[in-house]
Amino acid sequence: MSQITILGAGVMGLCIATELAARGVLPRIIDPAGKPGSQACSWRAGGMLAPYCEAESAEPAVLRLGLDAADWWQANGAEVIRRGTLVLAPSRDRAELDRFARLTQAHQPVNGDEIAALEPELSGRFPRGLHFATEAHLNPRAALLALRDRLGERGIQIETEGTPTGLVVDARGLAAKDELADLRGVRGEMLVIRCPEVTLTRTIRLLHPRIPLYVVPRGDGVYMIGATMLETGGKYRVTARSAVEMLSAAYALHPGFAEAEILELGSDARPAFPDNLPRLRRRGGTLYANGLYRHGYLLAPAVARMAADYLVEGRKPEFMDEDHP
Amino acid sequence: MPVFYGTAVESPLMLGTAQYPSPAIMAQAFRASRAGIATVSLRREGGAGQDFHNLIKDLGVPVLPNTAGCHSVREAVTTAQMARELFETPWIKLEVIRDDDTLCPDVIALVEAARLLSDDGFQVFPYCTEDLSVCGRLLDAGCQVLMPWGAPIGSGRGLNNPYGLRSLRAHFPDVPLVVDAGIGLPSHAAQAMELGYDAVLLNTAVAKAGDPVAMARAMALAIEAGQLARRAGAIEPRDMAAPSTPLFGMAVLG
Repeated sequence: MSQITILGAGVMGLCIATELAARGVLPRIIDPAGKPGSQACSWRAGGMLAPYCEAESAEPAVLRLGLDAADWWQANGAEVIRRGTLVLAPSRDRAELDRFARLTQAHQPVNGDEIAALEPELSGRFPRGLHFATEAHLNPRAALLALRDRLGERGIQIETEGTPTGLVVDARGLAAKDELADLRGVRGEMLVIRCPEVTLTRTIRLLHPRIPLYVVPRGDGVYMIGATMLETGGKYRVTARSAVEMLSAAYALHPGFAEAEILELGSDARPAFPDNLPRLRRRGGTLYANGLYRHGYLLAPAVARMAADYLVEGRKPEFMDEDHP
Repeated sequence: MPVFYGTAVESPLMLGTAQYPSPAIMAQAFRASRAGIATVSLRREGGAGQDFHNLIKDLGVPVLPNTAGCHSVREAVTTAQMARELFETPWIKLEVIRDDDTLCPDVIALVEAARLLSDDGFQVFPYCTEDLSVCGRLLDAGCQVLMPWGAPIGSGRGLNNPYGLRSLRAHFPDVPLVVDAGIGLPSHAAQAMELGYDAVLLNTAVAKAGDPVAMARAMALAIEAGQLARRAGAIEPRDMAAPSTPLFGMAVLG
């Protein structure tokens, strides 16, 4: 096995490095930032490991490939919180809940009392919901740093510059758009707030015809709130409208969020192919791994496994593009 | 086929481009529906989204940009000007909203914005209510097409006021009329065509269906059925049964 150089230390690059290392192949990693951080859109992700919920709008492959993501992350040093997802809707938008239930599996309908048993602070606020008991979440930043540390223990450091040697694995996300013409950016905006007055222990999704919202607990009263889905490539911009909408939706979920301290307002663009599914693409001496879209932490393990199987054992991956040699 | 501002359009179905599971599914839905026009929102999808614009241009149908999300005359006019530059078309679907829960058109602001835009050379497709006076004012303002709602946007409730839509058709027999918004089922779309409307504009009913591509096809078939029925001339409903088989020659028993 000749040398492999991975470009990009976001979720895709680090997961591929981890899978390669597990097969005894120690790659180089090059990322100008030198460490996982805000250069990667995965830094601003929600960290939901929610394959069943995602199936509401995603292809069946996303569910299938995402099913063992939680196990993968746990096995690779991330703290995975397995408390499921609670999907709620304001009473006037009950139809949204029915639609969501129809398009997804592995959920249990819950009534007001059952919602209160799961999340006491939501007592009396929502008459009905759906509980996806097997889903999980993690803290994306801690998870990436855990991968980085484990790779470091194997002697793999993230280089800030240098010439790639051997086969190149391009995991630069949207930055690879200069070479992947069919890649596009789908903008997302997110907030991080601290609100010790509100205690929620699992991912909550609030359905709304215009402003769907999710809240992911980060522990210590910190919550990540996201996220918009805008078909624009523009990257570093949070509009007042999005901030207002997300905050009012959070307030509708729990009025206690009105007192929250805003720690961070972030915006980034997720790399996506036209079918919103990930892809490996071999072109000459480069293997591109890209297009995780809004499913970074959910799909990166499966895509990384495919990439490593291909690179180490020559096994043809499921999501390999037509233009491989 | 409908004609808007002198341009003949291939199909009476106008399909929106928002909320699909992926651009690939959106493109398949367009092919299945054979929609004649693609509508696109400037504010939510526009801005820097050159990639998405290219995907929309690739659909190969005329683009009707809209001013969704605008709450004032000024916002709507500015958005329309951006749209004209971006999509190189004088067409603009004019939406001015007052209330975010019903997304009911602000008809007062709508008429004013329609006049400003028409004077500026735009060909305005106003998203309006079925109010006869408002529609008259929009025509006075320079509009040559009217797009009354069937029901609030995304509600899927169908035609809330068939009487109002029918009388609008009767009042303005020569103006192209489009039912815009509120369509949830193919039967709603068929009903609009049966009422003599020239076209139907919908988005959510297809994009958020369990299988958007199949629903796109269902809408196309329903619209074709409604259009054929309108041309065929329907019978009037009546209270008493009218036998469809001639009675003479029937055996008289006992």
